[in-house]
Amino acid sequence: MTGLAATGTLAAAAVGTPALNFTIFAFFVVVTLIIALSVARKNRSTTDYYAGGRTFTGLQNGIATGGDYLSAATFLGTPGIIAIYGYDGILYSIGFIVGWLVVLLLVSEPFRNTGRYTMADVLDLRLKAPPVRAAAALSTLTVCLFYLLAQMAGAGALVSLLLGVTTSAGQDVVVAAVGVIMIFYVLIGGMKGTTWVQIVKATILAAGTVVTTFWVLSKAGFSLPALLHHAAESSRSGSAVLSPGLEYGVNTVTKFDFISLALALVLGTAGLPHVLMRLYTVPNAREARRSVTWTIWFVGLFYLCTFVLGFGAMWLVGDKHILAAPGGSNSAVPLLADKLGGTLLLGIMAAVAFATILAVVAGLTITASASFAHDVYASVLRRGEAEPADEVRVARITAVVVGIVAVVGGISAKGINVAFLVGLAFAIAAAANLPSILYSLFWPRFTARGALWSIYGGLISSVVLIIFSPVFSGQAKPLGGTSSSLITDPHINFAFFPLNNPGIVAIPLAFFLGWLGTVTDRQTADSGRFARMQVRALTGVGAERGGRS
Amino acid sequence: MVPTQPQRGGVSSPAAAQTARPGGSGYEAVRASRDFWTLRRRFGSFIVPACVLFIFWYFLFVIIAVFAPGFMRIHVFGDINVGLCFGVLQFASTFAIAASYRLWARRRLDPLSDRLRHRLEGGRGR
Repeated sequence: MTGLAATGTLAAAAVGTPALNFTIFAFFVVVTLIIALSVARKNRSTTDYYAGGRTFTGLQNGIATGGDYLSAATFLGTPGIIAIYGYDGILYSIGFIVGWLVVLLLVSEPFRNTGRYTMADVLDLRLKAPPVRAAAALSTLTVCLFYLLAQMAGAGALVSLLLGVTTSAGQDVVVAAVGVIMIFYVLIGGMKGTTWVQIVKATILAAGTVVTTFWVLSKAGFSLPALLHHAAESSRSGSAVLSPGLEYGVNTVTKFDFISLALALVLGTAGLPHVLMRLYTVPNAREARRSVTWTIWFVGLFYLCTFVLGFGAMWLVGDKHILAAPGGSNSAVPLLADKLGGTLLLGIMAAVAFATILAVVAGLTITASASFAHDVYASVLRRGEAEPADEVRVARITAVVVGIVAVVGGISAKGINVAFLVGLAFAIAAAANLPSILYSLFWPRFTARGALWSIYGGLISSVVLIIFSPVFSGQAKPLGGTSSSLITDPHINFAFFPLNNPGIVAIPLAFFLGWLGTVTDRQTADSGRFARMQVRALTGVGAERGGRS
Repeated sequence: MVPTQPQRGGVSSPAAAQTARPGGSGYEAVRASRDFWTLRRRFGSFIVPACVLFIFWYFLFVIIAVFAPGFMRIHVFGDINVGLCFGVLQFASTFAIAASYRLWARRRLDPLSDRLRHRLEGGRGR
C-alpha cells in the first residue's frame, strides 16, 4: 500500500461515482428548495426577511446557528489537521467552542433585548450616531466578505476532490451553480428559508459525523485508548501526535502565532455578524439564551466527534496517504469515509460537505445584505425614512450583488491559498466588533468617538498587519505547518509582522483605542441613554417581540 | 449634543414607543430602583466570576500547551496523557458553565426581570 494506491482509490471513487454524489447532493438541494419555497409565502416585512418573523424556537435556532458556524473548512479541515498533526488539531478546535461562552454570558441576551436586525442597531441605541452605524456596517461587510471568499474558494477545490470535476471550467460551473442556488435560497426564503436550510444541513452534518464516528469507534472496539494507540502507531511522528507541539511548537514565532490565533478564536465568535444576526430570529432573550446553549452542545459534540474522525483517519488511512491525496489534509474525512463505507459513504460525506458550503454561504449573504440595506441604505442614506418594502428590495438586490461577488471571487481565488481568510475574519470580528459591543453594553462612559476609534482601529490594524505578514508575502516554504504566502514569488517580500494572525496586536489595540477615544472625548456620555440601554438589556422592556407569540 | 429625548426611527416598536415616552429619566428612575440594583448585582455575581474563570482556564491551557508541552506529555494511563485530559476538560467545563448558567438564570434572574418588565410596561399602559 502506497500513497499512490490511496490516491488512486479516491480518484477512482470520485470519478467512478459522480452520479451517486450528484444524486445525493441534488436530493439535498431539492428538499431545501421546497422548504424555502413553502416558507416564502409571507416574506414582505423587514422582520420577515431579516429575522424570519422572530418565530423560531431556541432549539431550532440553536441548531441553525451551529449550521452557520460549522463550515466545510471545519468539517474537513479540523479532522484533517488532527490526522496530520494530532494533538495540535485539538488545540485549535477548543478555541472554537470556548468562544461560545462569550456569546452566551456577555452578548446573547442583552443583544436580543436591545437590537432589531443587525449589530449596528445595538450600538445605535446606545450612541445614536450615524457614523458609528456606518462603521459597524463596514466591519460587518468586511468580515462577511472575507469569510465568504474563503468558503467559495474552498468550494472549487472541494468539487475536484469530491465530485470528480477535474477540469477548471467544470469547477467554475459548479461554483457558479452554488452561487445561483444560494442566491435563490436568500431571495425566495429570506431569513426563514435560510434558517431552515441551516437546520436541514446541520442535521445531515451531525448524522454523517455521528455515523462515521461510531464506525471508527467500533473498529477500535469502542476503546478510545486503543484508537489513540493505533493512530500513534501508524503515524510517522509516533506518540508525539498525542501531545501538543507538532504544528505550533516549532519555534517562538509559531508559539506566539498560536496564542494570537487562540485569542482571535475565543473573542471572535461573539463578533461574527452572521452569528449575532441569528439571535434576532427567536421571540425573546430567553429563547436566545436557550438557543446559544443548544449551539454549545451541538458544536461541542461535533468537535468531540472530529477528534475520533481525525485520529481514525490517522490510523485507518495513514497520514502519508492523506498528505499525498489531492486536497492534502482536507481529504482526510473523504478518504476515511471511502475506507469505511466505500463509495456510498463517500458520496454521503461529499454531499454533506457540499451542503455545508451552500448553507454557510447563504447565511453570510443574508447577513451582508441585511447590513447594507438596514444600516447603510435605510439608516444612513435615507436617514430612517425608507419604506420597509424599499428596504427589503435593496436587501434582495444586495444579496444578488454579494452572490455575484462571491462567485467571481471564488472562481478567481481558486487554487490560491486563502485559508488565512477565516482566521482573519475572526480577528476582525474580535477586534472591530467585540470591543464596541461590550463597551456599549457595559461601560457607562462609552462615547461615539470611542466606538469609531475602536471599530476603525481594529479593522484597519487587522487588515494592515495581515498585508504585512507572512501569509501575504515572503513565505515560500511551509513554516510550522502553515502553507506558503498568497504571493507565491518568494522574492517579493514586504512582510515585517512575523505572525500569521493579527489578533494578539489588533484585539488589545482596539480595546485600548475604544477606551482612549472615550476618555479623551470632550463630550461626556449621555447617562440617560446608558440607563435605557441597561434597563432594556437586563429586563427586556421594549424589546422587539416575536411575530406570532 | 446628543439629544436626550427618546429617539425616533432606530429602534421603535409599539412596545418601545410606549415605554420610551417618559424619556430617559424614566429609565434612570428604574435604574436607581432597588429591584434593578438587585438584578444587576445578581447578573454580575454570576457573569463576572464565570468569565474570569473560563478565560483564565482557557489561556492556562493554551499557555501550558505552547510553553510547557512536557507537562502535557505526562502519562495518566496507557496512551492517555495530561494533554488529552486537559483538552476534554475544556469541553466539559464549557458544557458545565453553559448548563449551569441556563439553570441559574431561569431561577435567579428571570423572575426578577419579569417583575421589573411588567411593572414598567403595565405602569405606562394606563
